[in-house]
Amino acid sequence: MSVPLRCLKLLIILVVLLGTACGDISDANSVKNPRKQQLTIYAAASLAEAFTHLGEVFESTQPDVEVVISFAGSQQIAQQLSQGAPGDLFASANEKQMNNVISSGRVKSGAHQEFIHNQLILILPGDNPGQINEFGDITGSDLQLILADEAVPAGAYSLQMLERAGQQPGFDEQFKSKVLENVVSYEENVRAVLTKIILGEADAGIVYVSDAAGTQELDIQMIPIPDAINITASYYIAPIIDSPNGQLAQDFISLVLSPPGQDILNEYGFVKLGQHE
Amino acid sequence: MNRGKTRQSPPAPAPQVRLSGLWRVLSLPMLIFLSLPILALFLRISPANLVENLRQPDVLQAIGLSLGTTLISTLIIILAGTPLAYSHSRGQFRFNRLVDTLIDLPLVLPPAVAGVALLMAFGRRGILGGVLADLGLNIAFTPIAVIIVQVFVAAPFYIKSATLGFSNIDLELEQSAALDGASSPQIFRFLTIPLSWSALLGGSVMSWARALGEFGATIIFAGNFPGRTQTMPLAIYIGFELDLDIALTLSVILILFSFTALFIAKYILNREWMSS
Repeated sequence: MSVPLRCLKLLIILVVLLGTACGDISDANSVKNPRKQQLTIYAAASLAEAFTHLGEVFESTQPDVEVVISFAGSQQIAQQLSQGAPGDLFASANEKQMNNVISSGRVKSGAHQEFIHNQLILILPGDNPGQINEFGDITGSDLQLILADEAVPAGAYSLQMLERAGQQPGFDEQFKSKVLENVVSYEENVRAVLTKIILGEADAGIVYVSDAAGTQELDIQMIPIPDAINITASYYIAPIIDSPNGQLAQDFISLVLSPPGQDILNEYGFVKLGQHE
Repeated sequence: MNRGKTRQSPPAPAPQVRLSGLWRVLSLPMLIFLSLPILALFLRISPANLVENLRQPDVLQAIGLSLGTTLISTLIIILAGTPLAYSHSRGQFRFNRLVDTLIDLPLVLPPAVAGVALLMAFGRRGILGGVLADLGLNIAFTPIAVIIVQVFVAAPFYIKSATLGFSNIDLELEQSAALDGASSPQIFRFLTIPLSWSALLGGSVMSWARALGEFGATIIFAGNFPGRTQTMPLAIYIGFELDLDIALTLSVILILFSFTALFIAKYILNREWMSS
């Protein structure tokens, strides 16, 4: 047999082997969950613990359903959905990313609704290396601050909040630019801000209250941001337009909006709808 | 001189064996697969747009920072990597295989692992953090952190190539030079380096290109700040979510840099091969 022919034969054998291997994998999956329907949710990174909990509650009420949740920055999910990622539900940490998905045609216009609120908080390493005692101290000289990048909802909210502070009595007009002078890093995800503060890499960071709420055992300090300048982040949820599990998606939304669902979210530091912040 | 043995990167000028056309046909799918995404990137952005985006301060800063830091990290890799490669090639370590594995390790580590590991070593609370702070060195969130990451992930390319280059030199050559009264630095300067320079150059270029593309460990260890730690790959990642045009512009520039460097290195190596 000539060399090229032999190689061709080898190639064919490889392709066939690969094909059977893939077949086996998909078979294994269907065996694992013989009749279970899958509800696929894309949710903002800040919802990780709360939505995992809600998913378990949902599965306990619907035994035939398996909830699969993919957590990432809302802006990342919006990109994925716009590029056609298949799924049933999208929970976004701001309206902007929801609107991006609506304009890409993956969520029906008007189908999205607000489901929970969140606020910002200042966090410091446990030993407070920057000696920050109140929110206004973050303009101090020689401080190292970390924010989320403006591409991330938490980062955009942080900038809004700093802007607002400049217009408030009791704050310097240059408050925002003074704070930004201290920023040493704009992280690509709000949880990275939290981790770096836990590690003590910087003197302070701004995250969601819900991010800090899960870390009570960890060695960090929290300083509230005054209500007059704090923002209310509104989270939005919507079914994906071509979801094969439309009814299930609606059921999950109902759970999130129900009093027990709101209580679960509240446990993780979120502010319930209608509850004044 | 045993020159032929000293190089391994450039392929011998094609020994004229005629392959059947089938081989070339079978090569096509992989060639197309490798070039299509690159082509798509170039087609997606118009030259006018590219030039316009180049004027943006963030874009220029990212390019400048990337070129500056990779230049320094490549120099550090060459300076500190050459003695290691030479000792290693002469079997100077008791646990040669262990050393070899350690050198290989950064090549296979996920960048995230490298980032976390560097944070544990050089971070403010890392094992060396206190010592560095006492010395007045603040590494976190500075270009120094970017350079540390690049040296860590890119050094193996140079060290491996240099080790191979050194070990291909006939030991008898060095021994006879020593017998003739050449000092050890003289031997290294006038014999070892000239005989292995193609391996050294090839390794340096590979290290530089790897450093230029470093992303995951940088964003974890050095953070992301325009002009300070936001290298081209970081600006591309953030740009992908903020402004796709910036991501496309920087991607095109990065590919041009890497392609040119690799191509020139191959050209030089190849020419040197032909002339010997």
